[in-house]
Amino acid sequence: MLTLQCPYCGVEAEETELHAEGEAHLKRFGPGSSDDDFEGYLFMRENPKGVHFERWRHSNGCGKFFHAARCTMTLEVFGTYSAQTLEPPQEIKDKISAKYPGWTWREFA
Amino acid sequence: MSKAVSALEGASFEGFAKVEETGLRGMITVRGDLDSKEMAEAVKAVNGAEMPAVRKIVHGEGGSVAWMSPDELLVVCAYEEADAKVAAMTEALAGQHALVVKVSDARAVFRISGEAAREVIAKLAPVDMSPAAFPAGEFRRSRVAQVAAAFWLNEDGSFEMICFRSVAQYVFDLLSISSERGGEVGFLN
Repeated sequence: MLTLQCPYCGVEAEETELHAEGEAHLKRFGPGSSDDDFEGYLFMRENPKGVHFERWRHSNGCGKFFHAARCTMTLEVFGTYSAQTLEPPQEIKDKISAKYPGWTWREFA
Repeated sequence: MSKAVSALEGASFEGFAKVEETGLRGMITVRGDLDSKEMAEAVKAVNGAEMPAVRKIVHGEGGSVAWMSPDELLVVCAYEEADAKVAAMTEALAGQHALVVKVSDARAVFRISGEAAREVIAKLAPVDMSPAAFPAGEFRRSRVAQVAAAFWLNEDGSFEMICFRSVAQYVFDLLSISSERGGEVGFLN
């Protein structure tokens, strides 16, 4: 079972206390954007075998959204971080690089 | 005005721990910037309690204040005092981006007491209930079986649990079954 630490209340929450909320770091393209951008925002998702960034919500707890970096293959969690950010913190990227040199995910590496 | 009654009107169950619905209780949800000076002063002035640290509950002479989330507090007080406290806190927070709402009648409160009270909750919630991990003054929002709940440990060793009023019977049944004699685990005490 997946256990993630909520960065807001510090609880080591297990999966049933959380709710998966899809991919992290999506950039919204709304009215007035091109069809391609809008389609990408709505439908195009990463589905990697390996490093992945996700959004979670501590639904049976403090109720806040946060981000998590983990490996979909080994279920290793590299860390969780605030949702008020545009990219993963450097320390989490370093941690991933130590384990999976040369990893990429969307525009991050 | 109609007579206020609590969800289960004081129902109780005695197994290897005692479970009781505690009757009417005043509860106030406060949202706003918990780090602001005004918020700390409002909490102190109205409840006589300091601002609680993350996942803690602080008891003052006027009521208890619990940390619910980074921008939310729960004030627990006597049922009759809730209206006056809402008015006082609203006034103290005037001009702030804050919200104070009475939620007393939307919730139910249970007390779980006895030597093995920890076990009753440990069977229901995905929370480490060992004495080291869950000391007195700790406040935890989580789930019990299938519904959301929040609970804390009092100095006297009893737990109090808050849930939505609509699921009060469900939670009471859960706690009762969990504390039934013959179901002792004996691991946490």
